[in-house]
Order: sequence, then structure tokens, then C-alpha cells
Amino acid sequence: MGIEQQGLKRHLRLGTIIMALIGVGLGGSIANAGSDDKYRAGDRSSGYTYAAKETRAMQDDDFANPAYIWIDQGEALWSTAEGAAGKSCSTCHDDAADTMKGVATRYPAYDKSLGKMKSTEQQINICRVKQMQAKPFKWESSQMLSMTAYVNSQSRGMAMNVKVDGAAAPFFEKGKAFFNERRGQLNMACKNCHEDNAGNMARANLLSEGQSTGFPLYRLKWQKLGSIHRRFRGCNKNVRAKPYGYGSDEYVNLELYVGWRGRGLPIETPAVRN
Amino acid sequence: MAVAVVAMAAAMPVVADAGVALVKYEVTGGESIAKSLTGKPGDAAKGRGLAIHRKKGNCLACHAMPIPEQSFHGNIGPDLAGVASRYSAGELRLRLVDATIVNKDTIMPAFYRTAGLHRVLKKFKDKTVLKAQEVEDILAYLLTLK
Repeated sequence: MGIEQQGLKRHLRLGTIIMALIGVGLGGSIANAGSDDKYRAGDRSSGYTYAAKETRAMQDDDFANPAYIWIDQGEALWSTAEGAAGKSCSTCHDDAADTMKGVATRYPAYDKSLGKMKSTEQQINICRVKQMQAKPFKWESSQMLSMTAYVNSQSRGMAMNVKVDGAAAPFFEKGKAFFNERRGQLNMACKNCHEDNAGNMARANLLSEGQSTGFPLYRLKWQKLGSIHRRFRGCNKNVRAKPYGYGSDEYVNLELYVGWRGRGLPIETPAVRN
Repeated sequence: MAVAVVAMAAAMPVVADAGVALVKYEVTGGESIAKSLTGKPGDAAKGRGLAIHRKKGNCLACHAMPIPEQSFHGNIGPDLAGVASRYSAGELRLRLVDATIVNKDTIMPAFYRTAGLHRVLKKFKDKTVLKAQEVEDILAYLLTLK
């Protein structure tokens, strides 16, 4: 899809929303602003509840949310045929709004043929290579971020619910061990900040619980969309530890454990954070 | 200036496994390193700068301190105002060197330790966060906080 077409689409959607606002009355939507109850589940809270008012506002409004550039690209890619088989995602999966609904609540998921967990990105590349006979996307490429964000955004508002028993159990345990293991010259574990000190300040940074339900998300610091594995790598480097690779088993298992920590929280993709 | 410096006859450098010389220290009573790591008095003014420096002590990341010109002090650890009234020099030295000796679950990094760390980035491998004299400088500054 060309830039002009994308622009046109955004205008059309803006028009729809303005009409909807007129329909329900602007006052109603403003009255709801500020309540973040839907971003909590049990004792767990999304990073949204830790975010500044301005950052929340960017996420709350799909037109202010810069991640929608990638979502639009993902939507276009969904029905673009690539590879020797002449297929697109939509050839097999039709309308993503139906077929991808709930996917983000279930991933990472156990894959019998791989004998381990696979993330959404890995499933996308399995489809590309096996079904489409196309080249896999690079992990942090614009296309992969767009496709993952588009797929995950179909589950917006649905409760995180990864399966951690049965075949997933040993991988869940590995992810949990990673979360609790100290690393790097600064000798810190994920838990030191995101479990023991969530809500405390590390200089100007309010430490969150490290919930994963908004990924891929637009990070103001990055000025672009990024994967959760990118965030894991950044955290690891902050404590002066050697990061693992994008898509490594270690990070996929950690992603599973972190997903479980956020069980019941709504999928927010694409979230906005600082 | 306020540091009580112990003569350094006993502080002999030892060669760690990886070949990096770390000053050997003795922990007394499980909670104190009585002797200076270097035998050279700490410089409190330098220590204050190191406490602020984000790649050195970076104490403000976690602690509130009486350093009003710096905004955004962390609140992960205790406020360090008056810390020298609560702890002796030896107790503070131990907490700078390796706070996990007194509290194995602490989030506080060990500033003078290379052993037993996991997956350290290459450029920090076998290096301590602070040099021995930098530990003494920060200690000298902390001892002014009465």
C-alpha cells in the first residue's frame, strides 16, 4: 500500500471515529478517561498504570498512537502474496480480525514438532517459509514488527492466558529461573526491579512490574516499535550482562513466564511507553 | 578528611582467578571491613562526584542523598542523609565493597567484586564497578553525612 493510500485510510478512520464520538456524545468518552481499572487483574498491573498521563493519552487515541504506522503496514502485508507458493497470510487465514483474535493471549505456545515453545514471530516465519515459500522476516525488521503488532492487536482487550502446564511446564520453569537469576556486573535479576521494587523510583524512572501485554510497543526512547526481546536485551545490557539473541530459547521461555505473570491483564498491542 | 585510615601493611594485592589484582580485605564480625582498601585517605569531594556519576557510584539511582543540585533521587534503598550516624566506616566500606555479604537478597550491586558473577558483558569482565581508591573516596564522602 502506498503512502497516499495509507494516509487516505487514516483520514477515513478519523472520520469514522469523529462520527462515532458525535454519536455517543463527547462527554461520555471524557468521563471515562483516567480510570485504569481495566489495566489491572488481581495484584497485577500493566505498565499503562505506571505511565505518565501524556504517554497514556498517546496510547488511548489510535490517531495519536505512532504505532499505527506499523499496524497499517501489517494490515497491508497480511494480504500481500509473497514467495514461490503465491500465497499471502489471508490465503489461509482470511480475515485477521476473526482468525487472529485471541492469538496474543496464548503465545508463546508449545510446538510439538519443534519440541519447545514458539513465539508469535517464530510462527509467522514458520508460515512464511513452509506455506508461502517466502524468506523469513528478520526479527526486529519493520515487516516483522508490523505483522506481529497487527496480529497481536486483534486480541486487544482480551485477557492474557498463556498455557504453562503440560508440555509447557519445563519451559515455564526455565523462564522463571531466568527471571530470578542475577546477571551482569551489576548482579541484578529481573525480579530485583520488577517484583521487589515495582512502584519505586530508579532516579527519574518509575519501575513497573515488567508486564508484556503491550508488545510489540512504541517506545518513546526508541522512537519506533520494538519487540519484547529487544526490551529484554536492553534490560540485560543495563545491568551489564551479555544479552541473548533475538528469538533465543532463553528469551522465548522468559516471555512465557512474563506472560504468565501478566495473566488476566488485557492485551494492549500496540502500547506506548517511555 | 574524616576518614580514619588504617595503615596498609596488611592490604596485600592478591591475584584473582582471572588474573586481575584485587585488594584483599578482611571481613570482621560478618559486617565490617575495618581497614582501608588502599591505605590512602579517601577524598570526600571526589567521592561526592563519584556518588553522582551514572557510570561509577550512581548512588542517586537508588538513594536519596543531600545533593540538592541533582534532581530525581531514587527511593529503592534507604535515604543516605545521616548514614554516618547509623553505621561505622568499616560497616559502610563493607556495604560498598559487597552488600550481599550482609544481605544476600539486596538489589545493591557489589562495587568491588569480580567473582561469582554471571554473564558479565565482555567490556566489564573481571573489572570492578569501582576501583579500590574510588570506594575509599565515596566512603570518605558518606562519612561526612552525619
